[in-house]
Amino acid sequence: MSDRRVPVRAGLFDADGDGTVTLLGSRCRACGRASFPRAEVCPYCGSADLEPVRLSPTGTLWGWTTVHAAPPGYEGPVPFGFGVVELPEGVRVITRLETVDVPDLAFGMPMRAELAPLSENEDGDTVVTYTFAPA
Amino acid sequence: MSDAVHIAGVGIHPFGRFPDRTVTDLGVAAVRAALDDAGDPRFDAAFCGTAYAGVAAGHKVLSALARTGMPIVNVEAGCASGAAALRLGAEAIAAGQHDTVLVYGIEKMPKGIIRSTFFEPWREEAGLAATPAYFALRAQRLQREAGVTDEQLARVVVKNRRHGVHNPDAMFRKETTVEEVLGSRIVCEPLRLFMLCSPNEGAAAVVLRRGASGDSAPVRLVGVALRSHLPGSVLGEATPLSGVDDRDIPPPTTLAARDAYAAAGVEAADVDVVECQDTDAARELLSYEELGLCEPGEQGALLDGGATTLGGQQPVNPSGGLLSKGEPLGASALGQVVELTRQLRGTAGARQVDGARVALAHTVGRGANASVTILTR
Ligand SMILES: [Zn+2]
Repeated sequence: MSDRRVPVRAGLFDADGDGTVTLLGSRCRACGRASFPRAEVCPYCGSADLEPVRLSPTGTLWGWTTVHAAPPGYEGPVPFGFGVVELPEGVRVITRLETVDVPDLAFGMPMRAELAPLSENEDGDTVVTYTFAPA
Repeated sequence: MSDAVHIAGVGIHPFGRFPDRTVTDLGVAAVRAALDDAGDPRFDAAFCGTAYAGVAAGHKVLSALARTGMPIVNVEAGCASGAAALRLGAEAIAAGQHDTVLVYGIEKMPKGIIRSTFFEPWREEAGLAATPAYFALRAQRLQREAGVTDEQLARVVVKNRRHGVHNPDAMFRKETTVEEVLGSRIVCEPLRLFMLCSPNEGAAAVVLRRGASGDSAPVRLVGVALRSHLPGSVLGEATPLSGVDDRDIPPPTTLAARDAYAAAGVEAADVDVVECQDTDAARELLSYEELGLCEPGEQGALLDGGATTLGGQQPVNPSGGLLSKGEPLGASALGQVVELTRQLRGTAGARQVDGARVALAHTVGRGANASVTILTR
């Protein structure tokens, strides 16, 4: 396996050298709402007047569960955490969670974005996605 | 819609697993039963709800019956596919386009967690297309915001499975207990295996006809509402990747219920019997509020008080619901209409709601799509 990490989908997030993972979103100049992922049109009001924004890498836990059996089309490890993190921009994001210990989690606890390995591709690169872990 | 449309006949193929029968076979059985029940095999147009049966699936059913030539429209709207077909049929009659319309729904679901072309492949690869996890997050939110307990979730299952014992068309006809439900394997906390309905196979059919029949008190279709979601709720059935504060955004079930009550000229309090989307135990409780059967936060109390159990004020899912019947997507909404027609005719046997005059059917799912149908007699 190479050290290279490739995103499961380009344009969803980026990672700095210091390990900070940032979700890439948009803010609508018409209605003011932030959204994720980036889109051509605001998903709330339909305006095309959007500016790209880098969403906060930290937020609070808003919902959580554990997926115990691999869903269709998924070949990564199980069980894995699944939930919603609320970011300061007012965006609630569906995300993997880096813990499956449900009793350790609590509504409103601080969370930080990280990368999670999913699989190895044909070139030996590690395919990664965004995830959140307790901060 | 006025009272121009009535239910002339209903038919159903039991919901379950039938490895030796094609989806066409299931449809043929339900359509024949509905046409027999209507007492007249003629119809002017046909609308078929299905999500998984493929191209021109409804045509194959009517070809097998040598009953073609009229317009046949195949309709997909996720869990509301059958209701979307019903709406098209009812509107065609109300608009004066046809006098008699056949509406049917057919499905053979793949086993296990339902794979959907709805999601982009990367979301499946990242584990972010796990449908039961969305159900679980909705259940957790209901627990947090309405104080619903794990035991109350289990009691929804116990109630519906008890009702289902009396339904020969249901897949599960055995009672269960709170202990058994809470002891079944965890799928996604807080949901356990017995709290989730099984995708399965089945078909249901309804014949709609204009005006009064020979029957002095026909079952009338007085409201068929179909709505999609408004954007914003991260846990909505549209399963977006993100959302915003959704407290002031009505869910699609609420939108459909408002439309259906307005069309029918009735209120939630007038409803005698309900068939609602119990994809999972929490989904039924969410529906209580969204359909206006109770105030926010009162879902658990409504269940505990017995109002939604057979013999209560507003029994919900006397058929046993999807938790007993299983869910063949295209057929499930029409299966509800078959049940409620029997309830209004007074022919539901051991699961009869005494004196039922106003009945409501509800589905919600992928899309998002939500339907609310109101029948009266
Ligand atoms: Zn906007």
